[in-house]
Amino acid sequence: MAIISPRHAAQQQIYERLFRTATLSAAVLVLLILGGVALSLLLGAWPALHRFGWRFITSAVWNPVTDQYGALAAIYGTLVTSTIAMAIAVPAGFGIALFLTELCPPMLKRPIGVAVELLAAVPSIIFGIWGLFVFAPVLQRFVQPWLIGHLGPLPLIGRLFQGPPYGIGILTAGIVLAIMILPFIAATMRDVFDTVPAMLKESGYGLGATTWEVIWNVVVPHSRAGIVGAVMLGLGRALGETMAVTFVIGNAHRISPSLLAPGTTISSAIANEFTEAVGGLYTSSLIALGLLLFIITFSVIAAAQAMLRRLERRALTSI
Amino acid sequence: MSRRRFRKFKNGLFLGLSMMATLAGLAALAAILFTLIAHGLAGISPRLFTQMTPVPNADQPGGLLNAIFGSAVMTALGILVGGPIGVLAGTYLAEYGRNSRLSTAVRFINDVLLSAPSIIVGLFIYEIIVVPMGHFSALAGALSLAVLAIPVTLRTTEDMLHLVPMGMKDSSAALGAQPWRTTLSILYPAARSGIVTGLLLAVARISGETAPLLFTALNNQFWSTNLAEPMANLPVVIFQFALSPYADWQQLAWAGALLITITILVLSIAARTLLAVLQRQGGGDR
Repeated sequence: MAIISPRHAAQQQIYERLFRTATLSAAVLVLLILGGVALSLLLGAWPALHRFGWRFITSAVWNPVTDQYGALAAIYGTLVTSTIAMAIAVPAGFGIALFLTELCPPMLKRPIGVAVELLAAVPSIIFGIWGLFVFAPVLQRFVQPWLIGHLGPLPLIGRLFQGPPYGIGILTAGIVLAIMILPFIAATMRDVFDTVPAMLKESGYGLGATTWEVIWNVVVPHSRAGIVGAVMLGLGRALGETMAVTFVIGNAHRISPSLLAPGTTISSAIANEFTEAVGGLYTSSLIALGLLLFIITFSVIAAAQAMLRRLERRALTSI
Repeated sequence: MSRRRFRKFKNGLFLGLSMMATLAGLAALAAILFTLIAHGLAGISPRLFTQMTPVPNADQPGGLLNAIFGSAVMTALGILVGGPIGVLAGTYLAEYGRNSRLSTAVRFINDVLLSAPSIIVGLFIYEIIVVPMGHFSALAGALSLAVLAIPVTLRTTEDMLHLVPMGMKDSSAALGAQPWRTTLSILYPAARSGIVTGLLLAVARISGETAPLLFTALNNQFWSTNLAEPMANLPVVIFQFALSPYADWQQLAWAGALLITITILVLSIAARTLLAVLQRQGGGDR
């Protein structure tokens, strides 16, 4: 083998520096993108925030004709649809994750796991078009009349189920969202449950516990941080989900006590109105909505990641 | 004895509920696929790939050629820009700055970007590209897809590089190779199928994205190859046509939805198969 000449060595050093710099810049770019997102949203939202101040968050008036914009109806719609979605998807995702880790025959484990992950890969616009043309009519014809007839007259909760059955609306959007985030929650929880050491579970069974008792007293406490992380990751998705909601929510900037009424969410308002927005203040208000969404989802996702990370570290140290 | 019966009952109840949840999840997937196929198949015909999107009240039914082309172009550009950035950044995290503070921050931010709402990325690109340019463009659409492709590629690349056995790296270093040489000649080939999996997943992720394209690439009724102009793309066409009052437009939307879903499912299954093969090989090596 030839002895490496000084020139060759110097060349190698240059390549090394170049490659290192390239990878480093790419890594730094990721940070810059997030910073850029925050900064550009802030700049774009500034005219609206400057004009309306806190009223932007506390007012429900959204009127392009008089150039008055308040985000309250959109915030309300976002929170309510996400709450409905979480109320359905968290227990169901928990159930699927349990089934996959504790109950499923080994032969079915992989196919069902893959099916759940494929459901996660289906783009949101497909859920939207399905929700609008297939799911909403079914709700309108069969489910909503029943809700109005049986729950509508009740005191207190009856107010949630009054009005005509439109098919589309807050409730429909919440259910479609639930179907969308279900696979994320299920897949993350399954991965979390997989980190529970078999020894702990075997000890539970050794004491004579039933499967459910092992799950509830061993698996769940051991993976509590991960479960919360998975739930918040799902919440982050639900809050920011755009297309599926835009199709089925009805796009009305108003706060209605009934879940059957049409409403709007932050993301669907942006998707619907952005290209039609004329005038600086209208566009700026929509970007301000985007800023709100960014702040909300960023906090939720960051908290979720922190939880999941803590679990990962613990899993590493326990090995 | 009744205590034992109660425990058994509780056990059966919750396990039953868990099974029902799984069945419901699978039923949802089946229902969506079934309606997609039922509505979409009727619209699949050669003209989908030979004719442009129709104008309102057109004599001819029209197709989706310009939208399919636009989606392909923007997805390809998106992965060409975002893919290498993701791979390089993943390489930095795995090889150079394993435990540095910068890496921890990048990893965290990347995971946040991975689940951040895509509509926000669209607004970001709108602010930095569309506003200065003064109009919507395919380039802006491609860049917003690139931003969405980075986190997926970065994450998989880092994970896959971690899987390469230390011995291979050490052998390369012992031969006098600098880290860049080791990375290019040893690590990348060894982790190739893993990195390709990440790229496939990224393509699957971005090819169905709608929200960011709404205010970057917008849409175009006509055939366009100009990257500086608005360009038609499948997701936005589906969105507009599905919400239109015309029956043949809605039919085209269903056909487009079926096309996208099939593409994405094929990509995801391919990525998964590749990964499974990789894991089997990895298991055999050790």
